[in-house]
Amino acid sequence: MVKLGVNIGGLNLKNPVLTASGTFGYGEEFADFIDLNRLGGFVIKGTTINHREGNPYPRMAETPSGMLNAVGLQNKGVDYFIDNIYPRIKDVDSNVIVNVSGATIDDYVAVCEKLTPLDKINAIEVNISCPNVKQGGMAFGTTADGAAQVARAVRKAFPKTVIIKLSPNVTDITEIARAVEAEGADAVSLINTLLGMAIDVERQRPYLSTITGGLSGPAVRPVAVRMVWQVAKAVNIPVVGLGGIMNGRDAIEFMLAGARAIQVGTANFVDPSVTMKIIDYMEDYCQRHGISDINDIVGMINQ
Amino acid sequence: MKKYIIDLKVVENRRIHELYTLLIMTPIDGSPLPEMLPGQFVQVAVDGSKTTFLRRPISINNVDRDNNHLWLLVRNAGEGTRALMALKADDNVNVVLPLGNSFGMPFSVNDKILLVGGGVGVAPMLYWGAQLKAKGFTPQFLIGARSAKDVLQLEEFEKIGKVYVSTEDGTMGEKGLVTTNAVLASKIDKIYCCGPAPMMKAIAKVAKENAIDCEVSLENMMACGLGACLCCVENTVKGNVCVCTEGPVFNINELTW
Repeated sequence: MVKLGVNIGGLNLKNPVLTASGTFGYGEEFADFIDLNRLGGFVIKGTTINHREGNPYPRMAETPSGMLNAVGLQNKGVDYFIDNIYPRIKDVDSNVIVNVSGATIDDYVAVCEKLTPLDKINAIEVNISCPNVKQGGMAFGTTADGAAQVARAVRKAFPKTVIIKLSPNVTDITEIARAVEAEGADAVSLINTLLGMAIDVERQRPYLSTITGGLSGPAVRPVAVRMVWQVAKAVNIPVVGLGGIMNGRDAIEFMLAGARAIQVGTANFVDPSVTMKIIDYMEDYCQRHGISDINDIVGMINQ
Repeated sequence: MKKYIIDLKVVENRRIHELYTLLIMTPIDGSPLPEMLPGQFVQVAVDGSKTTFLRRPISINNVDRDNNHLWLLVRNAGEGTRALMALKADDNVNVVLPLGNSFGMPFSVNDKILLVGGGVGVAPMLYWGAQLKAKGFTPQFLIGARSAKDVLQLEEFEKIGKVYVSTEDGTMGEKGLVTTNAVLASKIDKIYCCGPAPMMKAIAKVAKENAIDCEVSLENMMACGLGACLCCVENTVKGNVCVCTEGPVFNINELTW
């Protein structure tokens, strides 16, 4: 019997497999394909204080081994989530983590304060890295000062586990990671999408309405693995790794680099049941390698 | 409606045109195909494509219950669909289905119903036409194409109801676009339309001008097909909504066209 349970800054997961924000809806969309109770947890779509319409269509373009998106944090606001979505998902036997976004520090704080009383929400993931909106995204996440400001404010506003989601669109991601750790973040997750762009050369115009967008999928995986490895060495808080994980092998790769948990994003679009296969693979992998506790492989390449 | 991930086997890849193929498929385990409604679509996994990895959303062209066959009409739209066009009999294909909403029923069996398809947009109209006929309605079809050779599945449509054709070069039916076809000047109570966006918008305009109830099936670019990625949104009177879950079928009154 392999122990798959891990702890992320106080949050116990039955296994290291989470789903990435914005790729898994509110979980319900996948209930026909998987047993949500088997997941370590799922991360709810980026939630803001007010309703957001997001960016105009077109919002996506497929690129070699990847996809660009420019959704722009479309969501119905935190009150809608609390009143309409939360009651439907609060009894799932898994962790529900809300991804929190904002245009100002006050926005982040306001969302945190509304989420704090919800018993099922034992962790938030703070998005300081969305490349698709002018503020509330990368503006905070691309400087150590900006990231620290948000981390300090949400730390005060949310007493449970705070995970800060980092942007890869920076010169030195370890500097940002250290800054949020110093402000009391319980964990970091990385990477959000890489800023990218693609042009339809026949029509001579960009594919996305916003011109640039966030690149995800297997194309970004080596970048993500490298950043997880760097950050895991730079901080003492747990690292949640994501970026192009398509299968169990990829998930293990992130854990060997230093991730204590992983998130599956774009792969959910290709195979809605992929998370279950990844959990099975992890168990099988540990058995094949004589590992009784998956925590033992975290950062193994550095040992 | 419950959704499934199932493995299908290609029974036949019928190359009906240089740019289009008809894939006829059946579950590899012989189990009956799940319930599927006209207007719904499936997400087909693509193996053997060098650069694409997302599934391809394809309309349900027909569900042949007698043979337990699913028909998908595939247009060569890029590397992903090209890989699907290259499938051979006995190849396996992983499919997520059924997805999206469906066409709304007409009000009365006496209604004059016109199903309009342009290019590969004829695909959902075959299944819908067959279902309407089975329920006692009298669907008529209007097919638009560039040229006579581009009119897809004409024999299939003629088995169901009267077919009007418009071709841009006049090699079949009336010369011109579907919007100028004489059938649109007759009394029509309900239009269902699927095709290129400019065609659907032009038909929607005709419908509005003549106070005809009209539904269109959109094919916005999408990734998940499940309402999770929020990429395929259409701007509607309710704001941005996912075409994959709130659509693909919309009444034109819901759209901001």
